[in-house]
Amino acid sequence: MDYLLTDEQKLLQELCRKIAEEKIAPVAKELDEKEEFPWQIIKILAQSDLFGIFIPQQYGGLLNLPEGKNIGGVLDLCIATEELSRACGGIAVCYAASALGTFPIILYGNKEQKERYLPDLAKGGKLAAFAITEPEAGSDASSIKTTAVKKDGYYVLNGIKHFITNGGEADIYVVIAMTDKTKGPRGASAFIVEKGTTGFNFGKKEEKLGIRASVTRELIFDNCKVPEKNLLGKEGLGFIITMKTFDVSRPGVAAQAVGIAQGALDLALKYAKERQQFGKSISSFQGIQWMLADMATQVEAARALVYAVARMIDNGNTSVSKESAMAKLFASDVAMRVTTDAVQIFGGYGYMRDYPIEKYMRDAKITQIYEGTNQIQRNIIFLQLIKELAK
Amino acid sequence: MNIIVCIKQVPETTEVKINPETNTLIREGIKSIINPFDMYAIEEAVRIKEKYGAKTTVITMGPPQAEEALREAIAMGIDEAILITDRSLAGSDTWATSYTLSKAILKLGSFDIILCGKQASDGDTAQVGPGISAHLDIPQVTYVKKIKEITEKSCFVERMTEEGYEVILVSLPCLFTVVKEINEPRLPSLRGLLKAKQTNILKWSAKDLNLDETKIGLKGSPTQVIKIFTPPSRCGGVIFKGETEEVVEKLFSVLKKEIP
Repeated sequence: MDYLLTDEQKLLQELCRKIAEEKIAPVAKELDEKEEFPWQIIKILAQSDLFGIFIPQQYGGLLNLPEGKNIGGVLDLCIATEELSRACGGIAVCYAASALGTFPIILYGNKEQKERYLPDLAKGGKLAAFAITEPEAGSDASSIKTTAVKKDGYYVLNGIKHFITNGGEADIYVVIAMTDKTKGPRGASAFIVEKGTTGFNFGKKEEKLGIRASVTRELIFDNCKVPEKNLLGKEGLGFIITMKTFDVSRPGVAAQAVGIAQGALDLALKYAKERQQFGKSISSFQGIQWMLADMATQVEAARALVYAVARMIDNGNTSVSKESAMAKLFASDVAMRVTTDAVQIFGGYGYMRDYPIEKYMRDAKITQIYEGTNQIQRNIIFLQLIKELAK
Repeated sequence: MNIIVCIKQVPETTEVKINPETNTLIREGIKSIINPFDMYAIEEAVRIKEKYGAKTTVITMGPPQAEEALREAIAMGIDEAILITDRSLAGSDTWATSYTLSKAILKLGSFDIILCGKQASDGDTAQVGPGISAHLDIPQVTYVKKIKEITEKSCFVERMTEEGYEVILVSLPCLFTVVKEINEPRLPSLRGLLKAKQTNILKWSAKDLNLDETKIGLKGSPTQVIKIFTPPSRCGGVIFKGETEEVVEKLFSVLKKEIP
């Protein structure tokens, strides 16, 4: 399908495909098995300028952001994430999660904060991460317990964040903590916390079902003194910053899902053509043909939705919660269905770790869970539907 | 410091097919790429630039479509590109090619290091690099696997040999041909790709270079290809099985028949 990409976006797509095929695919299985963070690939992505595509030129990125706009390059980020995910969803999320940690600074950082943090992130010299989830606060984000108390020009952070993608490997963290518990969700604030800050430590590294090349760790704040100037926006904006960040980052998760699904489809199609049973290739059976046709149709529909939402954001639309949630919900469900069917087409071989396809199914599952479970996405969509009805 | 990289665009295949009637390579339907060994030369030039600061220029001689190869070099970080293209240059052998490239290098002005891949994957002669240094009358080191240190007037390099390597101190300006052990070529960067799209590629003709017409193209080439062919593939051997004495008997009788 022709998505009317610009010449620059086509160059980006081609470059990412090359990186995926030549650099990522050969190491994907090994890094998955060893649960090893892909620093060597991150370096290649950095050298290829991929961390700069959604960061404005004035802060060292490649994004040519028109006056008056504060966000862009989301479609570019989706294109890159999708192509990298075709080879490995785990490696791709290390890249996409850094974007998730960078967006709050782009959206709500003041000039000084942007100048201080964005150039290193644009170069890929440092990675970012976003931290809201806690052991007791998953879908119910408003019940977070981490606190930030203002004292002598600092905010003192105490509490635990867990399931933090890029935790321990990233240098720059955006952390949500309660500055005023009495105000409920309006009492949360967002802080930029640098690795190495006294009182900021890392806990256990999680052992995961999929996306195993990526790292998921606990962040522990024990009287961690964060300078007052590291507060993002104002006190009390924590949840708004989170929601607005997710609005622009969810298409990235959706793009990861599209990439994983496309990668699985590519492999299944190739395998169906090669695999001989009953004296002919299994792709000559209509049952297999229809499966592949359905898989391809679903992937294309998901991609079209993701690109459309990314374009809305790049064009300056700010109320995209519903559309963004739809893209994430639809694309991740497609990824789960398509990868499961791909394993089915591979039959017994598909279940074996010698073949690459089972990894796609394991990697797909998380896209239905993180950055808001798909049940939460449905809540967001319905809330918007009912609001629109009331207008 | 000025660094010049000489590259060649070649067909992307290890199984070059030859048209037996015209004695030329069959290029239809085969994608063109930068000669793989030249990728190491480009990468090394970019690394020298990053480490010491330098202006890097890439030169190729070839048909107009060789421009693609030059743009790819720019995407990897090379600053400027020159395409020498002229019908009169067609059919140049390694001597005529190195003469032409040397004239282009002289036209560019000052230079410190010239880098070439050790050989091209299509012709496999490994002669053009050394040829350029001969035409320019500068020192050459072939099969360089490491450039250890560059000072104002000289350069320390390691040169691969079959048994090990030699450490050589060479005065500048000089020419190196490089082997694949020297580095791992990078993929292009997005900034590089965008720059490559916009860069103006300088095009020089035989006239621009004031070339001596008797030294260029097919006519000016001392090497004339009489015939080019794919050697017949070797047929499999025969294994005799059985008792040693029987087998030896068999072998001798066959050999006697084969050798008159």
